Amino acid sequence: MKSLLLPPHPKERRIVFKNAWTKGYTPDIDCYIKEGGYEELKKAIGMKPVEIIDEVKKSNLRGRGGAAFPCGVKWGFIRHDDGKPHYITCNGDESEPGTFKDRYILHNDPHQLIEGMAIAAFALNVHLAYIYIRCEFPKAAGIVTKAIEEAKAMGFLGKNILGSGFDLEIFVHQGAGAYICGEETSLIESIEGKRPYPRIKPPYFPAVLGLYMSPTIVNNVETFCHVKQIFKLGSEEYAKMGTPGDGGTRVMCVSGDVMRPGPYEIPVGGVTMGELINDVCGGLKPGRTLKAIIPGGSSSKIMRAGEVYKIKVKGPDGEMIDKEVPLLDLPMDAASLAAAGTMIGSGGVIVMDDSRSMLWALNNLNTFYAHESCGQCTPCREGVLWIDKMTTRMVNGEGIAQDPITLKNVADNIAGRTVCAFGEAASWPVQSFLQKFPEEFQVPAK
Amino acid sequence: MDKHVALTSVSEQANQIPADLLLRIDEAVTHYPVSKRSASLPLLHLWQNQFGFIDDSGVNWIAKRLELEPINILELVTFYPWFRQQAAGKVCIRVCRTLSCALAGSFEVRDAFCKAVGIDPKAESHGHTPPVSPDGKFSVEFVECLASCGSAPVALINDDLAEDITPEGTAAILSQYN
Repeated sequence: MKSLLLPPHPKERRIVFKNAWTKGYTPDIDCYIKEGGYEELKKAIGMKPVEIIDEVKKSNLRGRGGAAFPCGVKWGFIRHDDGKPHYITCNGDESEPGTFKDRYILHNDPHQLIEGMAIAAFALNVHLAYIYIRCEFPKAAGIVTKAIEEAKAMGFLGKNILGSGFDLEIFVHQGAGAYICGEETSLIESIEGKRPYPRIKPPYFPAVLGLYMSPTIVNNVETFCHVKQIFKLGSEEYAKMGTPGDGGTRVMCVSGDVMRPGPYEIPVGGVTMGELINDVCGGLKPGRTLKAIIPGGSSSKIMRAGEVYKIKVKGPDGEMIDKEVPLLDLPMDAASLAAAGTMIGSGGVIVMDDSRSMLWALNNLNTFYAHESCGQCTPCREGVLWIDKMTTRMVNGEGIAQDPITLKNVADNIAGRTVCAFGEAASWPVQSFLQKFPEEFQVPAK
Repeated sequence: MDKHVALTSVSEQANQIPADLLLRIDEAVTHYPVSKRSASLPLLHLWQNQFGFIDDSGVNWIAKRLELEPINILELVTFYPWFRQQAAGKVCIRVCRTLSCALAGSFEVRDAFCKAVGIDPKAESHGHTPPVSPDGKFSVEFVECLASCGSAPVALINDDLAEDITPEGTAAILSQYN
């Protein structure tokens, strides 16, 4: 990844990416310990579990997998001494189109993840944890497995960790090419060895009825790394980097039609969309103008160049006031993107310039969702195939006049009618592309 | 294709399990102290890594090893895109098809790989059974997002990730696998 070999952009603050892109840094434990590795685990093991969870709550860390759920609140759902076994599963099934951050942590800095998981396990009374890694990262599975062995040999994992009497085993579990396994209940089914059909919530919230029907915390790779960093910096210092209620840094993955695509770690809300694309990523290709941005992974609703959004910002006297901001001035944090009618999701920003056809781009995504629907719920299993067929024939010049209407109708009848959020994920691109770029979906009458 | 069918009917995979595979299978099962069924995915991976694909005897053997019904294993083989019921090439080329790679030219890259190894670029290549080159050495298929959108277009070639590929660069990449 070329952009990471450059020195960090002034807007960047590499915390979870610090080691991964230090020249000469290797995934070995010696390297990690030289950089202060496992010091935070030592700190945490001297604390009470409830104090650890409080620190994570105070840090305002939000999940980095897509849903941006407050991490400490999620952990607070686990009752430490309910007498049940508890589990942690780390979601390393990074598959959301446009997202490419966890791969660098898994390949370059696996001990940071392991340390974050060990801190979490101690806080949540967990003795068995799995790291779910998609099988398309075959080398990562080997690197992380080796790192686990190293950590065990040095007493950071296994029995009686650092003499505390606390035990933790972590194992790597490889996926097998299915996007749906990134959905947390599907991931759990996959670890249980079943067809990974998502479970219905309620009642199957992982924190209540998760892996083996026991309380389970599922967090993203990057999220666990932030846990380690919270204890390194202190929760106050960590929270200060972000916006109210959304602390720390976040890796923004930029791809598509920019000069310097790449994953950039930036304080939450620390750049606007325009700064991210034009300053950090070096702008568009010569002679091109911006057409559209998908801001948070392929499932997030598309934004059209020139749009203006009404968001809430801090006014001069600290009150939150309404303000109109154009697309390029939108701060990159979860609340601002939500106010703009889309989401920060997994941080995957896909930029498209004026040379791109929105019909072609939507068709590409429709084929993705048609391929990846697990088939459990009828509206999704049938709907995504029809959506894909329709945009495919439109791309081939064989569309019929009512196709845009039928497309929207099918998408509207998937969203909200499925067990998991895949239904929304597949419908939102269709709905938003049609709404934002209606002129590109007109089929001339024959 | 016929060759493989003939091969397996003569000699089923379950009759040729090497000793070190058995050891690795036993080790994998220990990772799941709560439920042996959880080991079904790792066992399928070990099996496919050994034999290149999973035949019926493999499904039956794994089911028996984990005290499950064969359907519990077969339904995983047919669900997960990674698993194969027929041999692919010795070198599997998986080109990313999804948006960021497509914007960067992954369709042209896939076509270039196909032409270079003698596969018809029009062949359907987005399923469990990818097209294989006439010499049986390469298979070329589209897969969905490989999570390396910043260095698009990319392809996974066996265990290696090739990044920033151009159609002209495919020959040099292939030469590393000759």
